[in-house]
This record gives sequence, C-alpha cells and structure tokens, in this order.
Amino acid sequence: MSVDTATVAKIASLARIKVSDAELEAMVPELNGILAWVEQLGEVDVSGVEPMTAVIPNTLRLRDDVIGADPLTGGDRRDAVLANAPAAEHGFFGVPKVIE
Amino acid sequence: MTDITELGVAAIRDGVAGGTFSAIEVAEAFNANVAAAQDALNAFIVATPEKALAAAKTTDARRAAGEPLGPMAGVPIGMKDLFATAGVQTTAASHILEGFVPQYESTVSQKLWDAGAGMLGKLNLDQFAMGSSNETSHFGNVISPWKRPGSNAQLAPGGSSGGSSAAIAARLAPAATGTDTGGSIRQPAAFTGISGIKPTYGRCSRWGVVAFASSLDQAGAMARDVTDCAIMLEAMAGFDPKDSTSLDLPVPAWTAGLSANMKGKTVGIPKEYRVDGMPPEIDAIWEQGIAWLKDAGANVVEVSLPHTRYALPTYYIIAPAEASSNLARYDGVRYGLRDLPDGANLQDMYAATRAAGFGAEVKRRIMIGTYVLSAGFYDAYYTQAQKVRTLISQDFAKAFEQVDVLLTPTAPSAAFALGENVDDPLAMYLNDVFTVPASLAGLPAMSVPAGLDAQGLPLGLQIIGRPLDEQGVLNAGLAIERRAGFTAKPEKWW
Repeated sequence: MSVDTATVAKIASLARIKVSDAELEAMVPELNGILAWVEQLGEVDVSGVEPMTAVIPNTLRLRDDVIGADPLTGGDRRDAVLANAPAAEHGFFGVPKVIE
Repeated sequence: MTDITELGVAAIRDGVAGGTFSAIEVAEAFNANVAAAQDALNAFIVATPEKALAAAKTTDARRAAGEPLGPMAGVPIGMKDLFATAGVQTTAASHILEGFVPQYESTVSQKLWDAGAGMLGKLNLDQFAMGSSNETSHFGNVISPWKRPGSNAQLAPGGSSGGSSAAIAARLAPAATGTDTGGSIRQPAAFTGISGIKPTYGRCSRWGVVAFASSLDQAGAMARDVTDCAIMLEAMAGFDPKDSTSLDLPVPAWTAGLSANMKGKTVGIPKEYRVDGMPPEIDAIWEQGIAWLKDAGANVVEVSLPHTRYALPTYYIIAPAEASSNLARYDGVRYGLRDLPDGANLQDMYAATRAAGFGAEVKRRIMIGTYVLSAGFYDAYYTQAQKVRTLISQDFAKAFEQVDVLLTPTAPSAAFALGENVDDPLAMYLNDVFTVPASLAGLPAMSVPAGLDAQGLPLGLQIIGRPLDEQGVLNAGLAIERRAGFTAKPEKWW
C-alpha cells in the first residue's frame, strides 16, 4: 500500500502535526519508502501465531485502594503538576477558548 | 599520581574508600574534563558540576565519619538526558521539552544517587532516543572523540546514547546511564570502544524515563569495562511498584558472580547474522571472538534464528506505533513548549506546537506510527508485526534450549562520518540490524570492545543471553575482555 499527498495530509492531521505543502510533498516518497520496506512482513506465515503482548511473563499488579498511598504519585500535588505548564492560571491549565 | 580520569568505577570507588584520593578530587578532575571538552564534543546538554561536588562532599564526610559507603560512592557519572532529574532540565534532546524542569527524580537516577554516585551533567542524545548517530538532537550533534588517522572528518558516536558513549570514551565520565530501545546502548558502545549492557526488559524501572517505545525501552549501564557495567547495573536495577512492567525479582549479585571461565558453557553463533555485504573486518572480529570464547573453555555451535531478517521491519512498525501513542502527551498544555499562533483554536495550537517542537525524524516516526495504527491498517501492519515478534522471540527460546549465550557483531560497521547516512532513513535504520532482535525479545545483551579496524576505529562484539541471565552475558563479556586486552583510546584533539 502506498500513500499519496492526501493520505499523508490526513495522517498529519490525525497526529496533530502542522505540515506545509512543501513538507507534505517531501514526506510522501519518504513514508512510501519505509512502508514498502516494512511490508515484507506480509510474506511471513503467521497462521496460528498469537501477537506478542509481553516479552517476559508478568502480571499486572493492583495497588492498595488508598488515596495518596504513594506520596509522589498519590495526589494532592497540584502546584508540582502545574509547575511546568506554559500557561497555568488560578490552579488550572490555561488553554485557548474551546467554545465559541 | 595517576590521572584520576583514566580510572573506572571500581578503581575510583576503591580509591576513595581507601583514601588514595578524595571524592572531591575525583569530581573536580572530571568536572574539568567535562568543561574542557564541551565545545568540541557537545556531549552534555547541561553540565552540573555543583551536583558532582555536592555528592562528593557527602561521600567524603561519610568516610570521615566512618559511615558505610555505597557501591558507587565517590563515582561521578553522566546521566542521559532522558531520565527525569528533579530541579535539572530534562529535554530528551527535544525543543518541545526545552526548559522542562522535572518536579521528581526517576527511579533509576535516584537509585544511583542512593548508591553514592554524583551527577556530572545531562548527556546529549538523539531526540527522544530516535536515531543511531546522535544527529537528531535539537542541541546539536555529539562528536565522537575518535578520528580516522589523517582525517578531520567528524565521526558519529553512535546513538541514541551518543553523549554517554562519547563522554566515557573521552574520559569525561567513568560511566553513564544509557537507554536501549533497539540498540541505543550497544551500538554507541561499539562505535566508541566501551562496554554497555541492556538488561532483561523489566529489570530497570522506566518510571521517570521519557518514553519512546514502552514495550522495548530499557535502561542500562555504560562504562569502560565489564566489571564497571556490572557494578552500575546492580545499583540501577530492582523492582519498582511505580512501573507496571517492572519485574518483582531480587537483583542478583552480578559483580560478585563475575567469572571469565566459560567451561561447560555453550555459545551459539546465529548463522542468519552473516548478512550480505558485511565488511570482512566485522567477520574477522567475530571469528576472533569465537576463538576467544573457545579459549575460555566454551563449546561453540552454530544456531539458526530463522526470522532474523524480519526483525528490523517489525521494529520499525512497533517502535513508531508506540512512539506515536507515547508522544501524544506533548500538546502544549501541561508542560513544555506551546506555540499559539494569533487567533488559533485548541486544535491549531496542538498542531503548531508539535510542528515547532519535534524534529524531522521524530515527526517521521510519529507519522509512520499513526498510519500503522489507523483504522483499516492496524491488522495489516501492527498486529502482523506483533505476530512476527512472537516468532522472533520463539527463535531465541529455541536456540537457548541448546546454548547459554549467543555471540554476534554489535554493528555492521565501525563508526561512520556524521552526515553520511542522514539523508537516507532506511540506511540509518540498518545500523541496528544486529541489536534489534534481542530488544524485540526483551533479552539481556551487551557490547564489549573487541579490537580496531584497519582505520583504527573500535569494533564491538555483542553477547545476547537468556531472559534474566545478565550474569551469563556479563561473564561471556568478561571472557572476551580478558582476551581482547582492548586498551585503545582516542587521541586527544579536543
């Protein structure tokens, strides 16, 4: 499967990356080169093979159902969470107006 | 007195503990080397001499008070700028995280400080660890301290842990952290004549490590020899409840368990790693490695890993897919860069921020990842790749029924010149042809320096082990190290 300019524009939009027309044109052959190369995987017989989910057998643990069980990640850390925000206001993340 | 910066982790630690020199003297010596090399090598994004000195002061005070010293006490190290360090800018070598100052410390870096190590600074890398030459950093290329004789061409230190490899080879640090997603510890180690180990997936916590491809990312140790790697990895590894894929297992005493005796061990030589067009020098060093391991008492047999040739294309579906998901967090809202053009709405802001904040290779991988995960293509690309990944992992499992470790070259060439592969993403991706398969299977693997090519540039050999058998990997590495007697170092020009 190869991609055209319209498809690359769609991908860029899905990925929320603004690209100029010139960048778009340059990306088409680049992405097609990579996609053509990875498509060799299609020739591998994978009938009866399960997709990999974990390289090392492991189980998901449940943490104790307690608020603030871990002092670093357990909540009540508003100022630390906002410390690197480009526009923190009144204890919230500031964003451009969403509703007209 | 010997130049302290020629010493490794064990020698520095023991020298400090025994009073041969103080930890302050060590920190000052490495701080001076870091500062003197910065303009030429660009190995660090931020230097933190005050952090190295503060840790040294603590170590000296503890020693004076007769308190116990940690396994890395008095050893200043470089920290790859992918590890969150509280109060010290952490960028992943990207513009989008420029100025980001973490409010917390990554588990791995905290463990190293707890072991007594100090921080010389944050090391440069390929942007978001995506690259094999350290040419994708927003903060400029890292220049390898190595040169071809009679040539001034700037060589690649490898990537993505290129700041780490360059710093260790140039004696700016005795050791450094690295991270390895598809070879980012092993390939740079091979390019610069140092050692580096990626442990089994899940040994080192990923908490506080900027995520690239979460099912592959694994932190590891880089240093000048196998023993130093073992000491450092032992300090870094261990269960962390804050990482859902962290292995809840005790950390073995790898350093105490080191042995260069390979008697009774079987080493596998995967025949599929003899790729077309491999330079004869790479083949020769591989043969030499086989001879060394036989000399150490090992039995050597050929094995087959039939799906090897599909590892790279598998990786270049899975890694970009995970990256496109992980990097969705950089949206200009919570941290990092925000680009808000006049009159822009929220969606415009996301797109403008990400366009301005990500480099070309990062964008390329996000785009590939977005495409292979998109509706209608998910099964053809992503599910197919995860199935092939299962087959690659099964190949290894089958080989390990017969052998204890595998021996391969680390990279298909010695270090190339900067700029040589930069216009051809596929040529660059091929650098990782020997390292990616072990990453896909989550196996421990290390690179050790084995010799020099005809141009005087280092070549590395890779050892791949069974899951959780870092000891077997380190021991085979030690057996090679003892016989290779690799002492070459770059001639100082910086």
